[in-house]
Amino acid sequence: MKQLLDLFWTFFQIGGLTFGGGYAMLTMIQKEIVEKHAWATNDEIVDYYAIGQITPGVIAVNTATFIGYKIKGIIGGIVATAGVISPSILIITVIAAFIRNFMDYPIVVHAFSGIRVAVCVLIATAVLKLWKSNIKNRKGVIICLLVFFLVSFTSISSVYIVLAAIIFGLFFVRGATL
Amino acid sequence: MILLTLYLEFVKIGLFAVGGGLATIPFLADLSEKYAWFTTAELTNMIAVSESTPGPIGINMATYVGYTVHGVSGAIVSTIGIVTPSIIIILLIACLLKNFKDNPQVQRVFSVLRPAVTGLIAAAGFQVFQSTLFILSPSYEISQLLSYFNFPAILLFIILFIYQQKYNRHPIIVIGIAAVCGILFAF
Repeated sequence: MKQLLDLFWTFFQIGGLTFGGGYAMLTMIQKEIVEKHAWATNDEIVDYYAIGQITPGVIAVNTATFIGYKIKGIIGGIVATAGVISPSILIITVIAAFIRNFMDYPIVVHAFSGIRVAVCVLIATAVLKLWKSNIKNRKGVIICLLVFFLVSFTSISSVYIVLAAIIFGLFFVRGATL
Repeated sequence: MILLTLYLEFVKIGLFAVGGGLATIPFLADLSEKYAWFTTAELTNMIAVSESTPGPIGINMATYVGYTVHGVSGAIVSTIGIVTPSIIIILLIACLLKNFKDNPQVQRVFSVLRPAVTGLIAAAGFQVFQSTLFILSPSYEISQLLSYFNFPAILLFIILFIYQQKYNRHPIIVIGIAAVCGILFAF
């Protein structure tokens, strides 16, 4: 029970402090799940993100379900998911009910412009950590840069890129791993 | 009755929107045409609020639309609806993965996926960088090159990045400092 509560509260915090979508959430997950609780490794988090890309649904929720399941089975998956969506329900309901023109207040606009810079910092930090733990050789560097340029400068959907990476891994990699 | 319709519509969105929260937007636009629950202008406002408030964007959108249609119960029902398919699918995959984790074929796939997804996340970050640290305009002229840089934002970015590299603080501290700077210096 205590572990379930801990799971709920951890993911409640992650949901409530995620600005700018699932990618910005990565630093929160690294901090809380990898560094503080040691519930998963950086490698596993990336695996969950990869699967989240090609399965339907919100990536943040998929990651929560994965980690919850790993810690405490099916009930853990459901509790972690409930935790990650609860802040949204609370915050959005309050905004929708009471603050009609939320984005018209100058103080809100300025605060969010500042927060967007913080999101850049957090994503940069997360990518650096992932680079250190996931890029182990020259082939890794090539794959990472190739995907970066494909996604940034063409209109290929990330779904197809992940599928292509899976096919490549299945049929073109020899030996134990890449 | 309307709650059931709302639930089923959001189960459908949860099932078909692949690749993150923003993928839900075209489905929500369809919803506004199909049921006249909200207008396209209202939807635009909901997207703006969902993107700038904490929480996954897809979940925020579901809560907002649900609230607009049927109050608090609508908000809860839509949100549960959108996560229902992914909970089932992910639990199935997690269950399979547990048994096949040490399979060499699965290992090989992940050895390619990990650097690929790192690139994917870097690309998503690059997009946020572009819209935050640079002022994009349709026409580029070399003489006005300097006006494309959002200098206060870039300065704050550099300071916070060095700070975070050095101290590795909790993300909320970085978010808090940035919000205060945004208000103080009217970004």
